[in-house]
Amino acid sequence: MENEEMVIIDAKDMNYRELNEKIHEVLNKNPNIKKIVLKNVLGQRYIGNGIQKRDLTIEIYGVPGGDLGMFMSGPTIIVYGNTEHAPGNTMDDGKIIIHGSGGDVTGHSMRGGKIFVRDDVGYRSGIHMKEYKDKFPVLVIGGRAKDFLGEYMAGGMILVLNIDREGKDLGKIKGRMIGTGIHGGSIYIRGEVDEFQLGVAADIKEFTEKDREKIKGYIEEFCNYFNLNEDIKEKLINSEYTKIAPVSKRPFGKLYTHDLR
Amino acid sequence: MEEECKMIPSAVPPKYKVEIDRDRCMLCGRCVEECSWGVYRKEKDRIVIYSNRCGACQRCIVMCPRDAITVRRNITCWRDHPLWTAEVREDIINQSKTGCVLLSGMGNAKEYPTYFDRIVLDACQVTNPSIDPLREPMELRTYIGKKPKKLEFEFVEEEIDGKKIKKAKLKTKIAPNLKLETPIMIAHMSYGALSLNAHLAMAKAVKECGTYMGSGEGGLHKALYPYADHIITQVASGRFGVNVDYLNRGAAIEIKIGQGSKPGIGGHLPGEKVTAEVSMTRMIPEGTDAISPAPHHDIYSIEDLAQLVRSLKEATRWKKPVFVKIAAVHNVAAIANGIATSDADAVVIDGFKGGTGAAPKVFRDHVGIPIEMAIAAVDERLREEGVRNEVSIIASGGIRNSADVFKAIALGADAVYIGTAAMVALGCRVCGRCYTGQCAWGIATQRPELVNRLDVEEGARRVANLIKAWTLEIKELLGAAGINSIESLRGNRDRLRGIGLNEVELKALGIKHAGF
Repeated sequence: MENEEMVIIDAKDMNYRELNEKIHEVLNKNPNIKKIVLKNVLGQRYIGNGIQKRDLTIEIYGVPGGDLGMFMSGPTIIVYGNTEHAPGNTMDDGKIIIHGSGGDVTGHSMRGGKIFVRDDVGYRSGIHMKEYKDKFPVLVIGGRAKDFLGEYMAGGMILVLNIDREGKDLGKIKGRMIGTGIHGGSIYIRGEVDEFQLGVAADIKEFTEKDREKIKGYIEEFCNYFNLNEDIKEKLINSEYTKIAPVSKRPFGKLYTHDLR
Repeated sequence: MEEECKMIPSAVPPKYKVEIDRDRCMLCGRCVEECSWGVYRKEKDRIVIYSNRCGACQRCIVMCPRDAITVRRNITCWRDHPLWTAEVREDIINQSKTGCVLLSGMGNAKEYPTYFDRIVLDACQVTNPSIDPLREPMELRTYIGKKPKKLEFEFVEEEIDGKKIKKAKLKTKIAPNLKLETPIMIAHMSYGALSLNAHLAMAKAVKECGTYMGSGEGGLHKALYPYADHIITQVASGRFGVNVDYLNRGAAIEIKIGQGSKPGIGGHLPGEKVTAEVSMTRMIPEGTDAISPAPHHDIYSIEDLAQLVRSLKEATRWKKPVFVKIAAVHNVAAIANGIATSDADAVVIDGFKGGTGAAPKVFRDHVGIPIEMAIAAVDERLREEGVRNEVSIIASGGIRNSADVFKAIALGADAVYIGTAAMVALGCRVCGRCYTGQCAWGIATQRPELVNRLDVEEGARRVANLIKAWTLEIKELLGAAGINSIESLRGNRDRLRGIGLNEVELKALGIKHAGF
């Protein structure tokens, strides 16, 4: 198993440390590796955690455990299954493509890279995402998100497409407390969102053609990864979206008075 | 008819009164230049004083070439009332005017008992000799990190000079530890709250003293990279400046759950402090508020905490110790035990007198418990659970001198963090207005003209001097107690006695009263 371009690891009955140690061993022994395939993954945590490598794809068959791709910088992870708690936690760069649903806090504190979730995500997803210069995190959700989406968001973009597996409309979203404490970035949700569904500091802004241009590329990418046909793609691109953005970049600017005279 | 102008005046008397001895003053204007609070203004042949802006930081007094300035407590009195103190009345006036949360700096300013000052130390007389650290070695070296439950060896037969010798080899894998030459470290204070010069001075000092400092939750400025092997990087709820490079660069990683001065809440670094440089290390846009949420939103349980501990270890390939810092609160012992059962290497407990650059006053003054009791409770519980020897305890929050360090260790800590004390070494006079960003001493500010006032080399020397002086004193105290290693002091509460404490307090501290 040296100087290979692709390696397959059977994760059956492996403890997370054993599996991750194996992945790092493969990376060390195969500097030119392009792809690692993990089979029979069942709840092993921290897969891809902290890996810094650009042209690497990790394919996962099964359900990886929490903190998938945490701190990851560069690789692409493709999951054929659902994911647990916090995929893409504090991720730096790279891609996570989930052919299923993401658990709670999907994309927590993400500072760069992209996450594409075919179906739904759990509570508190995209919380405290932040951008800096060329680092612009993007979270695309095919279905819907539970409450507290994009709380404390400080930058980047969250896109909720609101479709089911066949590409049909799911109807008005039910999530509440969207964007509480948001002070940067923007959330686009396909369809209507009521004011009462927003948290403090979040505001509904006009969805312009410029916004449509901004999200178009990500919709195309999403349709491409999940094999959605042209009709659905066109529908998604041309739909009406609700744009949610911060009231101000200083939501707590007027919260305090100095204990001074 | 002219409309009558009605208002409720909300000014209160100035806290301090600034006076210039006009005979001594030569109108050089140095005070105008030095005071970043705008107390002085030069007008023709006179310095005009605005006493209401003074916070007694003493910068002008120290810098006045003619010693012409005096700052006194302003004696304008309020009508006396034991319940309605001047402070209570002032706060109400302020809040009824603004409708805002009162913001304050430094540590708890209420008169709660300081238990360190009610505890006395032991010394040897006649029956066992005291030790003079000048002529005998005194071991202060401290290892912070996970210790193995037991050691396993394997015996390998080797041939040396034709003789077969059985050699013992360690089989047990030892987890990475931090090696401290003295049990005093510098607490986590972020770049952003502090100036780069303050951070640099502290970093140089800890490197020289063979100890460590915390990065705080502000990322790591490039200028600090040369000292990174003596810096513990912090991961807090805002995850500012956190990436794999940051985690791998430091000597250890600390997850901040809570802070003694504001348990249970997060932090807001105001946008005006997020300068270009600060935005770079925190990796957020310039001028935005840097908001650390109250909890880590990926940690809602002790199991989630264990997951983050292990995630950080995975990201650094299990090469860095991971600490978990909590504020000392009522159930601190149970929480610390939960932390000890994750893969964390050390528990950091921050007492309610711990300092801060900014905290809501109501939290600073009313939330949390004394560090002395928290150390004793955590040490006791971890012993009961049989894990105390596996995990380290770091104590912080109001450690003021070597006696406090000594007492904290005797109560059960492995090492301490000092924050305010290190800042005082840099010039801080504890005026408590860090959150304004106007620090005249160049410590808690990002204004370049103020930051430049703090000389890095001189600052490093002062901080190193302080750590060295305390280290010397600890050696002397150890020698007097007839102990030659700090390890023998750890949790050695028999060498402590309480004075003027009641039975409940003594029980909580796990010490006897003097006379017993």
